[in-house]
Order: sequence, then C-alpha cells, then structure tokens
Amino acid sequence: MNKLRRLSFALLLAIVLASLGADFLAPAGYATQFRETPNSPPTRAHLLGTDALGRDRLARTLYGTRVSLLLAPAAALLSTLLAGMIGGFAGYVGGAWQKASMAFTDLFLSLPWLFLLITVRALLPLNVSPTASVMVTFALLGILGWAASARVVCAGAAGMRDSEFVLLARASGIGRARLLFIHILPNLKPVLLAQFWLSIPIFILAEANLGILGLGVAEPLPSWGSLLRELEDLATFSGEFWKLVPLALLVVVVTSFQFLISHNEVSA
Amino acid sequence: MMRRTPLIRLAIILLIAVSSLAQAGGELRFCLRSEPKTFNPLLVADDASETIRYLTGGVLIRVNRLTQAAEPELATSWKLSKDGRSITFTLRDKAFFSDGTPFTAEDVATTVRQMMDPQLHSPTGDAFRSGTGDVAVQVLAPNRVTITFPAGVAGLDRQFDQVAIMSAKSPKKEMAVLGPFYVADYKAGSYVLLRRNPNYWKKDTNGRQLPYLDGIRLDIQSNRDIEALRFRRGEIDLINSIDAEYYDRIGEASPALVRDAGPSLDSEQMWFNQVEKAPIPGYRIAWFRSRNFRRAVSEAINRDDLARVAFSSHAKPAMGPVSPANKIWFNAKLKPIAYNTASALQRLQKDGFRLDKGVLRDKDGHQVEFSIVTNSGNKYRERMATMIQQDLGKIGMKVNVVTLDFPSLIERMTESFNYEAALLGLTNVDLDPNAQMTVWLSSGDNHQWNPRQKSPETSWEAEIDRLMREQASAVDFPVRKAAFDRVQEIVADQAPFIYLVNKNALSAISTALQGEVPVVLRPQTYWNIERLTLKAEIAKTRQ
Repeated sequence: MNKLRRLSFALLLAIVLASLGADFLAPAGYATQFRETPNSPPTRAHLLGTDALGRDRLARTLYGTRVSLLLAPAAALLSTLLAGMIGGFAGYVGGAWQKASMAFTDLFLSLPWLFLLITVRALLPLNVSPTASVMVTFALLGILGWAASARVVCAGAAGMRDSEFVLLARASGIGRARLLFIHILPNLKPVLLAQFWLSIPIFILAEANLGILGLGVAEPLPSWGSLLRELEDLATFSGEFWKLVPLALLVVVVTSFQFLISHNEVSA
Repeated sequence: MMRRTPLIRLAIILLIAVSSLAQAGGELRFCLRSEPKTFNPLLVADDASETIRYLTGGVLIRVNRLTQAAEPELATSWKLSKDGRSITFTLRDKAFFSDGTPFTAEDVATTVRQMMDPQLHSPTGDAFRSGTGDVAVQVLAPNRVTITFPAGVAGLDRQFDQVAIMSAKSPKKEMAVLGPFYVADYKAGSYVLLRRNPNYWKKDTNGRQLPYLDGIRLDIQSNRDIEALRFRRGEIDLINSIDAEYYDRIGEASPALVRDAGPSLDSEQMWFNQVEKAPIPGYRIAWFRSRNFRRAVSEAINRDDLARVAFSSHAKPAMGPVSPANKIWFNAKLKPIAYNTASALQRLQKDGFRLDKGVLRDKDGHQVEFSIVTNSGNKYRERMATMIQQDLGKIGMKVNVVTLDFPSLIERMTESFNYEAALLGLTNVDLDPNAQMTVWLSSGDNHQWNPRQKSPETSWEAEIDRLMREQASAVDFPVRKAAFDRVQEIVADQAPFIYLVNKNALSAISTALQGEVPVVLRPQTYWNIERLTLKAEIAKTRQ
C-alpha cells in the first residue's frame, strides 16, 4: 500500500468515524431549527454556520455523511449481488440464455435511469418516514444499478466456462449448481469486488443528483444530496466557503475510493 | 421683473425640453424567460407572449397597475348597460396603427368578433364568455361601438385591459399595433426586438410623443442564474420578478438595484385531500373533512416564521384567499391567523383527539400522521413544508414531507387523488374573483380539496357556490363585493385552503433606468413603459 492509498484509507476512516460519532460530535440535532439565526456564518455555537432554516450545518454534514457513506455501500452490495447472479449465470450457461440476458441488460442500460428513478420514486407510497425514504432511495439505486456490472461479470464467467479447471470439474461429474457456486463464483470474486468498490462512489453521486432534484432523502434527514442543493445557485454564490464543506467531503471520499479501487483492481 | 417673467418661463421650458431630450432614446434590455408562443394578442396564454402583448398592444381600457383603477386609453369613455350585457365605447380620434392605418370602430368590431369566434379558441375571449348565443357588435359611428354579450359579464369593462385591438384593414394583420412599440425583429431562441411606434397616440404633459425609449431588446433566456449574472454585469436593465434569495444577493452588493413592492397577489397555501373516494384510509379522510382539524393545523403553523425564515422576510403572513395587495377585493375585516398551539389542541380535543406522550391520537387511537406533497425543485415550498413539519410536531402530529416531480404531483391531485395534504402556490394575475370561479365552485376542476363534485357535499360549499354565482351575475359592484367578502369569511372559517404567506413582489432594476415605479401587479417594473427612460450616457451607447 503506497502513501497515497494509505492517506486515502486514513481519510475515509476518519470521515466514517466522524459520521458514526455524530451523536457525540454534533453540537445540535440535525433537524433542530434555530429560527432566530437562519443563514448564519460560522460562530462558536455553529462552527459551519446554519442553513436557511437555522439548522446547524456541522450537525447536518456529519449526519448526512453517515447516511450517504453507510447506505451507498449497502446499495453497492445489493447491485453487485444482482450483477453476480444475473451476469454470472448468463456467462456460465452461455448460448441463447446469455444472449437473452445480455439483450435485457443492454435494454436496462439504455433506459434513462435518472428518469426511471424519478418515475419509480413517484410511484412509491407517500407516507414513509425520512429513515424509510433513505432506505428506499438507496434500495432503488441498488436494484436499478446492476446492469453495467452484470455485463462485466458475464464476460468474466463466460471466460471461465471453457477454462481447463471447469472442464476438469465437469469431467469429474460435478453438478451444474455446485460448479457455479463452488468453482466459478469464487473465481469471480475479484471482478465482483472491483464492481462493488466502483459502485459506491457512483451511488453516492446518484443520490446527490437525486437530492439536487429534490427527490432523494426526505426532509429533515440530511444527505450529501440535500446538502449540496445549497450550492445550486452558484451564480449568486458570494464567498461563503463554509458552504463548500459537503462538496469537499464528496470530492475527498470519491477520490479516496478511486485510489482504493485502483489498488483492488491491481490486486485482482 | 414682470418683463423678465416670459424669458424665465421660456428658459424653464427649454431646460425641460433639453432635459427631456437628454433622457430620451436608447434601448431597454431585459429577458424573456421562455420563447413567445404567439404574436397574435388574442391567442396569448404564456408569460412571454403576454409581455409582448403588453408592450405592443393598444387597449380600450387599461387597469392602472399603481392605482388598480380602470382608465381610458383608446376609448375616451364607456358606458355599461344596467344588465351588464352591453358596453358602448367612444373611441379616440386621430389614432393610428404602427403601419399608419387609422384606428376606427371597425377595428374594435373585428377584434371582438375574432376574439369570440369559437374556432379561434382565444384564451382572452374565454373571460368574456357568458351564457349561450352570439356576441353582437354594432358600429354606431366611426368612433362609437356597442358590444352586447348573451348574458351579463361581471367586471366587463376591466376585462378589456387584456384585449389588444387589431387592425381590420392593415395587410400586416396582428403586426400592426396601437401600443407604444411594435415587433421589428425576432430570432427564435435568441431575441425579440421592439421598436418605438412612430404613430403612438399618447403624449406627455409637454406634448412630447411617447414612448421615450427607442426600442426594447428582449433576450430569450430561461436560465435565471445567467439572467442574474447578466444583470449584475449591466448587460440587462431589469429583472421583472426575482425570488428572495436573488434579491438578497443582489441587494447585498448594491441595495439601490433591488426593489420590494410589498405583498403580491400570489399566495402559498396547503390543503388536505377531502375527496371521499380517495385511496387513503377512511379515518384520515374523516380528519381532513373536520373543520376543527383543519383550523387546528392552521393555528399551529407559525406564519411569521415562514415569512421571516423561508422567504427572508420578503413575504407576509396570509390572511385569506385574497391578498391585501388586491385593493379592490380584499376583505379588510379578516383577521390575521394567530399562531396558537394551545388553541389548536383545544380544537382537536373537541373532535376527540388526545395528546399521548407527545403523540397525537384520534378517538380510535390512530396516530395522527400524514404526508405533505409539494413540487420538487421549489426550495421555498420545501422549506415551508419542513418548517410546518416541525410546527405540527409540537402538537403531536407526525408529518412526512414528500417532494415529487410536477407531472406526478398533478396526476395525484387531479386524477388518482392519492395524496393527503399538498403545499402549492396560486399565481393570480387577475384582480377580479371571476377569474377564480373554477377554484371556488364545488364543481370546478381547480376546487382542489375536493374537485368536480356533482352537487356540493357540504353546506358551506353550497353557500360558496351560491355566493360566487351571485357575484358573477351581479352588475353592481357593492353587491359583488358583499358576496365575495362573505366567500372570504367562509373560507377563513372553514379553512379548506390553509393560506400561509403572500410573497412580496421583488424586482431588480438598474440605476440606468429612470421613471420606474415598481408595483405588485404584473408587469411590476415596466407597467409604465412609455414613460421609462435611460440615463443619457447609457442611452447614447444603445442607439
């Protein structure tokens, strides 16, 4: 692990720990509205100032980081599992099944998935708590985000289908299911792991995009998406640099993930 | 001394003339936020086309945006019949269209006939449709015309503020205008160029022909960030309507550039879904149909905070369906809705609700929880919804805020009725309550809390129906006012709409522009366009 990767790991660890310790570190609840001091610049009471409703920005950043950093990996795990099942099975079976599966995957990839997310989000029940809404948002991201990974996994599985160790296993009379789960999927682990790591920053950014459209995590629960919405009026931005902290965090986290991914891909 | 007086007078006149000349001319620049859909004034249905119509169209009667009174323009006088069906105009002599064709009663007759032609589907004409049958237009003399409608039209004279007279004879058709400017050039997606109408009939007190400006360049720019940036760079001279955040940002740098004209006609409101067949639990519909429940919610919302925090003090707590900005129709007897959680809880107790460890439950033990939907992307509404969420939490109500894209929201509100409470705004462009008939009549499409009722489901809605029909058919203003005042009182008492705030009319105006008097009625900044001038040094650079 070189210095850069170590630094990335340390930064990610520090950010994750800070977000996990939000209950102790945050000076106020993320939803508490200090209505007498909206849009306050940094003060002793509010180290990163307050937002338009007078909510402490530091508290919202810490809790928002927790939401985005914990749920993005969960969504990545879900999408990688789906990609593993669909892509792995298609690649292993091959033939018409693989063609049909990949055609379906291509169709899924060609969908304008931001609009798809907006549509699916609109169809969901309205009366869900903010916590449920955040789960739903990331679950949707996970369920809809498998297609690109599935293609990679399928290619990997197809490559293994005619490899010597699989031929030997077949010759030994091993059943199809056993072959898939005991021999092929474990060998796809590096590919799946790389897809998992790649998906995390993608889902963080997707949630941020949804948040900017006002369709992400429900108020008052913060997420990076809702925090970044404050920056949408850049034309009128007048040097309030403390508002850039969520953006800086997003850049640091995504960059750190990239360094770690490159390491994992090399290891793979 | 006596001998010098004429000289002094002459000097003053010369000074005024020179000063007037120095101020005159130049090209005003501002942005249209969308492409104008039409240049035909009878087909106007969008803001951009409305702007063009206002700047180019000549009307018989103009509602003065400052005083809100109807004033003569191309009609020097008019007379309404007692039954409100007929109006007779006496027209201005020696007025000409921009192409030089003379203005006569035939032009008025042709315009009205076209406007009322069902084949044209004129949105302007819709305001005049009353009863069944044809509209009769009788030219009495070259300068006199009588228009008779099948049934009485309430507020008939003021409706003519929207009717730009078109030429009956000009080969240029709708491009020949009677207003202060005419359309000289148009490049789709880029700009509309207006030039001074050389035949405009109006003159200032010194006898100088209006308008003072040589022309107006309307750049088509839908991105408000870019519009604000261009204003800050001095590339455009005004932004007719800006939101509170832009106002503060621009005002921080240069306070002289922003204007707050006070509460506008626009309101922000929330309402509960009272549709009986709505796909939501029956006990919740029962809450929403309870006057006590609605009034309790209304009292538990801190409107002062909404105006101060969500709109940075550029809004006023709303009192009812009509903004105080509407000087004619606002019911001054309505009292502000006080923020009072104790009173709210008392009202809820009357319906059997009880507060149990901070959680409000109905008489059957159901926890009071509902969602408020609003359109995504509108940060002010999202802020208000979040503040209401916290306010109602103080009386034990659990509120979930849901933002949806606009088409989904409209589908839920008008088709599936799959929502519980909504927070949206109403943009009012017309002072007259007749423009809101579809909102108040129980059979109306925009009777949002329970639209398209076959017959009124409550006695108070039946009473509103009766009063709205009464004011619509009455000709005498006091009768109409009394009826609509009562409607406002019933709405305040029953709270089908929980009015939150009236946003202020905010605008940004360059210091290069002179003669501007921002008002709350549209168009807020250029309603007196013919009398606006640019500073001489700016005007020189924009010849």
